[in-house]
Amino acid sequence: MPQQSDGLKTPPPAPPRQNGEGSQRLPPPDSSGGARGVLLQIENLSKVFHIRQGFSSQEFHAVDKASIVIDSDKPEIFAVVGESGSGKTTLAKMVLGMEAASEGILRYKNRVINDISSKEMKTWFYREVQPVFQDPFAAFSPLKRIDGYLFETAANYKMADKKEAPRYINEVLSEVGLTLAEIAGRYPNELSGGQAQRVAIARALITKPSLIVADEPVSMLDASLRMSIVNMFRNLKDHSEVSVIYITHDLATAFYAGDRIAVMLRGWIVEMGPTEQVLGNPLHPYTQNLKNSIPSIRTSDAWNEKIDLAVIETDEYTRTGCKFAGRCPAVMDICHDNIPPSVQHQGRSVKCFLYEDDGAPTSQKVATPALG
Amino acid sequence: MGTIIETNNLRAYYITNAYGVERTVKAVDDITLRIQEGEVYGIAGESGCGKSTLLRVLLNAYDPPLTVVGGEVVYHLDGERVNAAEMTDEQQRDLRWRTISYIPQGSMHVLNPVRRIRDSFHDFISAHRDVTKSESFALTANYLRDLGLPEKVMASYPHQLSGGMRQRVTIALATILWPKLIFADEPTTALDVVVQRGVIQMLKDVQQNEGSTLVLITHDIGVHANLADRIAILYAGKLVEEAATQTILENPRHPYTRFLIESLPSLDSREERLSIPGRPPALDRPPSGCRFHERCPLAKDICKTIEPALIEIAPKHFTACHVVEEELSHASAV
Repeated sequence: MPQQSDGLKTPPPAPPRQNGEGSQRLPPPDSSGGARGVLLQIENLSKVFHIRQGFSSQEFHAVDKASIVIDSDKPEIFAVVGESGSGKTTLAKMVLGMEAASEGILRYKNRVINDISSKEMKTWFYREVQPVFQDPFAAFSPLKRIDGYLFETAANYKMADKKEAPRYINEVLSEVGLTLAEIAGRYPNELSGGQAQRVAIARALITKPSLIVADEPVSMLDASLRMSIVNMFRNLKDHSEVSVIYITHDLATAFYAGDRIAVMLRGWIVEMGPTEQVLGNPLHPYTQNLKNSIPSIRTSDAWNEKIDLAVIETDEYTRTGCKFAGRCPAVMDICHDNIPPSVQHQGRSVKCFLYEDDGAPTSQKVATPALG
Repeated sequence: MGTIIETNNLRAYYITNAYGVERTVKAVDDITLRIQEGEVYGIAGESGCGKSTLLRVLLNAYDPPLTVVGGEVVYHLDGERVNAAEMTDEQQRDLRWRTISYIPQGSMHVLNPVRRIRDSFHDFISAHRDVTKSESFALTANYLRDLGLPEKVMASYPHQLSGGMRQRVTIALATILWPKLIFADEPTTALDVVVQRGVIQMLKDVQQNEGSTLVLITHDIGVHANLADRIAILYAGKLVEEAATQTILENPRHPYTRFLIESLPSLDSREERLSIPGRPPALDRPPSGCRFHERCPLAKDICKTIEPALIEIAPKHFTACHVVEEELSHASAV
């Protein structure tokens, strides 16, 4: 597959970096903080799957050279949006260490995660980065009392000794608007979806993580409970110093909660920048398409224009040029055979031939990994 | 245009009796509605509010423990008044898919995974009409072309199609026999916005081309806003508000509807939006009086004891709320 012309420029060129082997020998940084610097840095992260059809095998880039930097100075909510099959979840799994990356480097608090030992994954990384999944009822066993998960997590990570645990757990639960008395001894089916999701988030908070990766955390919830969870993420960011990667297909909540946003399409990050700019004035034709498709209670008339949909799920993944060329309203000849570079334009990065690098400094803060 | 389907004081409960413990879940409680021929009637509400139960009863496709304990569902077909409960199996079979059709949620589980799309269409058409395989293929190809679906869909297996395409194939399958009355249960729920828009456009096309009636059930007010002519809001098994779409969106009166609409995030502002306090009630022991009173910031004493009636507060705008009723009587007294 011709991927070589892909000149991803986000994040801005980092200082010459060492390869994975070199950086592994670095002394472990202070896990309590890293007061200034980079929380999460992923560079050209890719995940390749192979599809077999008979005797032929096809490569399939579920995530293709994604680069994202999240600073540790100020917690933020980083939204990742895209349609189903855009690689959002694969990206999340790689960030969580649940899926090994095929290529690229994943750094957390200046340490390369790709080749960290499994012991350290358990003692350090999983403590720092915690997941919240889509369906809280699938995350908890229906046969186990739900508070057991909280005590177990607290014990496993030695967050509090036996005597202290109830007080500590109650404290964590209060961050999500619950009390231990409310959920003690109850089974998941006795809770509403919103409550169960809150407990799932509380479980993630037990280890005092610096990053929560939330994969579609509200899409299973009722409309009336959805906003309470999204509001909670905003609160956590403001009061508990936790950054959140908020993965969703719901642009409205992404806009509402996200400080920055990355729009994914078939494994690519096609547009990334501050939410207000990206969704306020989308540049990439796909982002524009997404924005116009939000069923708002005010945009009913804008919907008369017909749109094209992908027919076969994998067709777009295996395109040689721009993956959106097949349904882009602004498609040019060049788009069919060449991969557009990511350029900085109007304070964001956008992966489209329509735009030229305007050289303006991105609002994305320059990452300075303290290596070497 | 006349009414095509109506319910009168419909009550449908789930009645279970396990190990001597009787449990009655009042999923649909005293619902009266009239759906007009040719309109798109939206039913909105959260999960567990009874909308899917209502749909099952409207479709006349329910089994115990779901039991209709009161009221009736009446179809008006070709000028005839047919009580759903009195239909024979034969009549029902005749009606289903040809006259009354149903678009299910989760198209992945609907299409047969080991048959090509065209074969699924053939199975479906041949069950209702006497057709050969080539006839049904031709019919399918024609219909898919009319709806703007690419021809290569026909020879594909369901898993090869994208989620949106699969859902559109399901819609095509459900409507290929030109039904007069189509029920759609959360047709766009698992889909993302672009695909959702494509599916909504297609539903619109199908409905407008044939002038059929569409009953659309979804919790997503945004979808209703773009598709429905009238919206009914269900809360805990009760119809709490019903009006034209525009009225519901611009001038909702029931506190629950107001919450539901105000809590919708939009791209206009990032200001903090309030969520509805509390949680939906369990329907085996619904709250007394108004079922929303525990979560309602406007609740008064009367709301805790007396159930509000659905009253017409403006032409064709119905709502069931004591507070609104009181305001109205004050206004008329002045």
